[in-house]
Amino acid sequence: MSDKKEEVRPTMPLVPGDEPGRPLVELTHVEKHFGDLHVLKDINLTVNKGEVLVVVGPSGSGKSTMCRTINRLETIDSGDIRIDGKPLPQEGKELASLRAEVGMVFQSFNLFANKTILDNVTLAPVKVRHMDKKEAERLAMDLLDRVGVATQANKMPSQLSGGQQQRVAIARALAMKPKVMLFDEPTSALDPEMVNEVLDVMVELAHEGMTMICVTHEMGFARKAADRIVFMADGQILEQNTPDEFFEHPQTDRAKDFLSKILTH
Amino acid sequence: MNGFVQLLQTYDVLGAFLVNIELTLWSALFSTVLGVILVMMRISPISSLRAVAGAYVELFKNLPLTIIMVFMVLGAYAQLKLSFSDTFATNFFWLAVTGLSLYTAAFVCESLRSGINTVPIGQAEAARALGLNFMQAATQIILPQAFRGSVAPLGNTLIALLKNSTVAAAASVSTETSSLMSEMIEFRPDVIVQIFLIFALGYVILIIPIGMLTTYLSNKLAVRR
Repeated sequence: MSDKKEEVRPTMPLVPGDEPGRPLVELTHVEKHFGDLHVLKDINLTVNKGEVLVVVGPSGSGKSTMCRTINRLETIDSGDIRIDGKPLPQEGKELASLRAEVGMVFQSFNLFANKTILDNVTLAPVKVRHMDKKEAERLAMDLLDRVGVATQANKMPSQLSGGQQQRVAIARALAMKPKVMLFDEPTSALDPEMVNEVLDVMVELAHEGMTMICVTHEMGFARKAADRIVFMADGQILEQNTPDEFFEHPQTDRAKDFLSKILTH
Repeated sequence: MNGFVQLLQTYDVLGAFLVNIELTLWSALFSTVLGVILVMMRISPISSLRAVAGAYVELFKNLPLTIIMVFMVLGAYAQLKLSFSDTFATNFFWLAVTGLSLYTAAFVCESLRSGINTVPIGQAEAARALGLNFMQAATQIILPQAFRGSVAPLGNTLIALLKNSTVAAAASVSTETSSLMSEMIEFRPDVIVQIFLIFALGYVILIIPIGMLTTYLSNKLAVRR
């Protein structure tokens, strides 16, 4: 295993720094089954620092599952996943600290229903990063202000609209100062009029240089913000290309079929 | 009517009910603590802890309480020399509390587990995704919501515990209600209906407010999603 590492990443700089283009998330030969269902088939994917990757594909293609394997909410059968050069550890302390570096935004928001908006954002910085409570609250208010929900800080999640909840969820993830953000269909559960307020925050985040992996059906967002589009179908990555190339000149029949279905109206 | 007055003047009915209330409160405290520990073991990522807690719950849920209570006196005390006090009455009281607590903890655990089932899996996933460890996720997110989602079954467990406290008679607690009732029946068989009514009404008066309180609380505390 260790000598293979050298072959896979020959250009990897030895000193971790802030240079853009350094591989941050690497999936190598990842395989996963749900029972008889082969949901991930030989997934190979590298996401570099600062890159915005958008994963598209028909439902059931394994997009969400792939996204969830990156912080081990789903385990994999075989293959290798690395975050910033470190392989994903087994369940335990190390995994928790790795998850703290990977922000995740869910389709169903998953704000903590027993905590206020402010407490949702400060909980992890205080408990995991051992940040001072006052400092965490300042950071949280800054972030809530950035996503436009600072005035709601003392409400409970159920009192907010879906769009507001999802923006809080983004702020909550950002409060951990993650190296990479995972978005698992962040707008799929939203009413149509609230989709844009969430996408605007994501576009802004992309422009600020955040490394992002977004599973989404929002093709407008994909065109606007993505550096690279990954097209998945039947558990495989079929195409990887720039947005322009992918949308104008899809290579595979599956991708042409998929695009014809979603872009016709 | 005369029978009621005579009975209440001759026998310390109120004192007997107080013994049952005391048994109930101590057992509620200890069984809640033990029940929380058990339910955390049952949802923990360590499979051996899950197995131990599962076995405990299955065992105590299926044992008749009377057998546990008799075992506390004849087994735990007489054979295994587990003793809380040199005073017989005090010792038997705490043996009864121990038996009731061990038994009720299994039901507290099951009530809480039904509460945990009301917490969407996404809550735990979000906690894990933020880097919280199992204990932090359990104590900050899962259990607070589970408690609020299991007020009704916990209330029913408390009601069952109060009624079960009469089985303390099997652990030689001679001052509680069912022991007193037997004594009264023995000496005053002429007013047997009144004797039944006194104890029946006593328990109804104690239990109806518990039911009302849990209904109120389970609405008030319900987690809004």
